[in-house]
Amino acid sequence: MHELSIALGIVKIAEDETAKAKAKKVTKIELEIGVLAGIEIDSLNFVWSSAVQDTVLENAEKEIHVIDGVGKCIDCDTEFAMENIHDCCPNCGSNFKGILKGKELKVKTLEVI
Amino acid sequence: MCGTCGCGSDNEGPTILKPGEHKHSHEERHHHHGEHSHTHDDDHHHHHDGHSHAHAHSHDHKHKVLEIEQDILNNNALLAARNRGYFEAKHIFALNLVSSPGSGKTSILERTLADLKNEIMFYVIEGDQQTMNDANRIDALQIPVVQINTGKGCHLESDMVYEAVKKLEMKDNSVLMIENVGNLVCPSMFDLGESKRVVIISTTEGEDKPIKYPDMFHTADICIINKIDLLPYVNIDVQKLKEYALKVNPNLEFFEVSATKGDGMEAWYKWLKENLV
Repeated sequence: MHELSIALGIVKIAEDETAKAKAKKVTKIELEIGVLAGIEIDSLNFVWSSAVQDTVLENAEKEIHVIDGVGKCIDCDTEFAMENIHDCCPNCGSNFKGILKGKELKVKTLEVI
Repeated sequence: MCGTCGCGSDNEGPTILKPGEHKHSHEERHHHHGEHSHTHDDDHHHHHDGHSHAHAHSHDHKHKVLEIEQDILNNNALLAARNRGYFEAKHIFALNLVSSPGSGKTSILERTLADLKNEIMFYVIEGDQQTMNDANRIDALQIPVVQINTGKGCHLESDMVYEAVKKLEMKDNSVLMIENVGNLVCPSMFDLGESKRVVIISTTEGEDKPIKYPDMFHTADICIINKIDLLPYVNIDVQKLKEYALKVNPNLEFFEVSATKGDGMEAWYKWLKENLV
């Protein structure tokens, strides 16, 4: 259940940024989570309410942008969609690839008042 | 609720102790997330469900959108970088040992320490949810050790290692073994500042574990296959296991060992010594 640590990491960022902006609370938070980031979004949703309780995020609307995985083959330069980390290059079958997209785990924006 | 330990109360954070040290009822590591609770307005109604529209003042023109673009693991990454810099400056080769519970992390560690302690200066950080048992096993070998009990937490984070390292007062040119909490999922996301990550899998586990739990194998540098003395009795195809692991991470290096019988340990020792130079 590392999703709880992740949720509390999000809370910390929100608390810090809200204080910096001299705002009172967050009305909306946008997150970017890649499909290869190792986060179960269901688990994150499950722990969310207890993690944000009594924080600036308590009543904030949460919007999650899921980023699809994209890999690039190191052997033949083909770019391809990745659903799993073990997906190999569909063109040449190589396991050597760079992950271009899908590892994101970011707080994108906060809407504060 | 606390992120590092998952506990409901504020005074049960991770405890970081040397064998023989005593736990105090109020830990030094206080949890800070209660701090901001007083900044809330008194008219805050907890039964309002999710939307700010419930509050009359939320439609005024003071709405501001902050572009944050911050990595959620940034805090952990920063402290991991600090640990790594310290290790590099002191020529400390730091290993993060990860596996499911019961793969033999502690047994491999014990055997390695017992066989090499006259040649290499070792330090150990033990991560478990509860008990000093593993630290006591290492302490019996007269190796400096610190135990981190994560409470309900499922993995070590770089700040816990940072605190533990401060207690160890390590000498230059040594090896630091960090035994993570037994868990093949969560520790993969948390960089501790290690030089190399070592994933351990035993022959009593399924050969498809690397593709079932790809994140751990993807982030590891070394894969130790333990309990090879049991191969005649178990139903596992080691070649297939390696193929799966290489699919996830084609750069993985393998060692096949039996920590209890000693088979294959020499190759692992050779690798350790080469990396110390």
